[in-house]
Amino acid sequence: MTSFWTTTKLVAAREIQVRLRDKTFLYGTLFFLFFTVAITVLPAIFAGSPDEVAVAGSNPAVQQLRDAGLDVRVVADDAAAEKLVRDGAVDGAVVTTNGKPEVLAMDDVPGDIVSALSVQPGTRLLDPEAIDSVVRVLVTTAFGMIFFFTAVGFGAQIAMSVTEEKQTRIVEILVAAVPVRALLAGKVLGCGILAMGQIAVLALVAFVGMNLTGDSAVITMLAPALGWFVPFFIVGFTLLASLWAVAGSLVSRTEDIGQTTMPVQMCVLLPFFGVIFLNDNQTAMTVLSYFPFSAPMAMPLRLFFGDAAVWEPVLALVVLVASCAACLAVGARLYEGSLLRTNGRTSLLTAWRSRG
Amino acid sequence: MLRVEAVRRSFDGTLVLDDVSFDVAPGRITGFVGANGAGKTTSMRIILGVLAADAGTVTWKDGPLDSATRRAFGYMPEERGLYPKMKVRDQLVYLGRLHGLDAGAARRNADALLEQVGLAEKADAKLDTLSLGNQQRAQIAAALVHDPVALILDEPFSGLDPLAVDVIVAVLRERAADGVPVLFSSHQLDLVERLCDDLVVIAAGQIRAAGSGSELRAKYTLPRIEVLLGTDAGWLRDVPGVTIVELDGDRAVIELADPEADQVVLREAMTRGPVRAFTPIVPSLAEIFREVIR
Repeated sequence: MTSFWTTTKLVAAREIQVRLRDKTFLYGTLFFLFFTVAITVLPAIFAGSPDEVAVAGSNPAVQQLRDAGLDVRVVADDAAAEKLVRDGAVDGAVVTTNGKPEVLAMDDVPGDIVSALSVQPGTRLLDPEAIDSVVRVLVTTAFGMIFFFTAVGFGAQIAMSVTEEKQTRIVEILVAAVPVRALLAGKVLGCGILAMGQIAVLALVAFVGMNLTGDSAVITMLAPALGWFVPFFIVGFTLLASLWAVAGSLVSRTEDIGQTTMPVQMCVLLPFFGVIFLNDNQTAMTVLSYFPFSAPMAMPLRLFFGDAAVWEPVLALVVLVASCAACLAVGARLYEGSLLRTNGRTSLLTAWRSRG
Repeated sequence: MLRVEAVRRSFDGTLVLDDVSFDVAPGRITGFVGANGAGKTTSMRIILGVLAADAGTVTWKDGPLDSATRRAFGYMPEERGLYPKMKVRDQLVYLGRLHGLDAGAARRNADALLEQVGLAEKADAKLDTLSLGNQQRAQIAAALVHDPVALILDEPFSGLDPLAVDVIVAVLRERAADGVPVLFSSHQLDLVERLCDDLVVIAAGQIRAAGSGSELRAKYTLPRIEVLLGTDAGWLRDVPGVTIVELDGDRAVIELADPEADQVVLREAMTRGPVRAFTPIVPSLAEIFREVIR
């Protein structure tokens, strides 16, 4: 007899094979790859070269501009400088008008040049943040988006694959041949492996991209958060996957799948918005980092921000594993109870009570 | 021997199977006939463990039928279905492996079966590109791919063209000859008659008759004889123990209360004139079926 585990592996292998041959899946992955390349590499390229500024050699500002790290082109006089601006050869020019320095540019105020000439007061932060606010927003969005898109994208695929088996009626052959729970486990495992694989590829691309562009400091800062993200993601994904599978098993036609997957989508969407919008509210983030549906996003972020104590991720993970186990138990029973009801929609109560 | 014993099942308070018992003997093809809604599909689902019985048991070789044995059964559900976007061979191999075959055996069996049911050329086509008839052939192959120890086929011939029927009949006979018990349901009685060794008749959730074709004939129908005389056959009406089924001048179909009475009738006829034909009629299954569920 083939064991439960062998069956699970067979089902998982089929799920993976089907996805890997599916053009929509491949294009989706490619799109995410380009997206990752774009956000890691492009800003560095655009931000790469300093502003070019033309200035007459007699102008006292030359040294000041050089000190600010700008690309200074020394020309004969102010007229030559202005011409370079008009020709588009430089971003701006510094001239002297009525004895005072003036910055010339075509249609954009060249901020770097202006600030190079300005006198700025000294600053002293009394409570300096360890993390730059831009990085903070970027990292929050990145963690949130990765979890959100994976949980929704792969979750919907699990639901679809369950409904499809009902719709095409192959489910009766499957149920007669193998334990229903092995079928469920195989689907979750297969899609989970694909999801992790996709994230790993994206992470690798992002890592290489950041290294090439010299942003490796962020990676060092991210490492512990990433380390925790993996177990949180795996358990969190499994939790949601079981819900998606139940949602899929409640309907008999893929056309109707929206009715039952909506609540599951909300279980991903609301925590996602919560994390994105409340990421600088410590209390809210503390709550979100323990709440099972948002923990995979919120806890790694709190670790990254340095807001969580050492024991906190452990406790949150325990909570998440417990909810996941409960969800799997309930989900498996509902899945079993609704899988063979191929007429229309099955209510949760009917599925729960059904004994085949 | 696959044995269904005193199985009961109701849905939402309606009794669908009422004390259903019958055997499916190894090496024999058993036809399972009954009107729509009589309980054929429910019985088969219970045998496969897809549905649970409220009471009663299904036994295999005199022991309880466990899930490991069930897994070695071949099942073709009434509601057909395979993966539409998967290649035919791939699905067979997948199903074979789910039923416990290793990869090599699954591939060998799949290829051999595709050859046998005439789908070898379509092995690498996706299922939904096949004609309906070919999809049916693939469906039967899916039930057979793991060399099942028993076959339970729900309406395997519905939707098949005559050519495909011949192919499937040959395959089923071959499996039965290997000692596999085969149970198939159908309401095409002519097919059942042609194919099956044993017969189980179900009506309104109750087994009305079960046994071999000849047993049932003997039990449920009286011997009939078609008589063609040289003169008017009207006198047959007055012979005791003879019932006229049809009468048309010198031709009659009679039914005998006592099978031995045929010689009496024949002697009487010969004294009255020429006897051109005196032919026993084997009742068709349809007639037996009507008799049984009456």
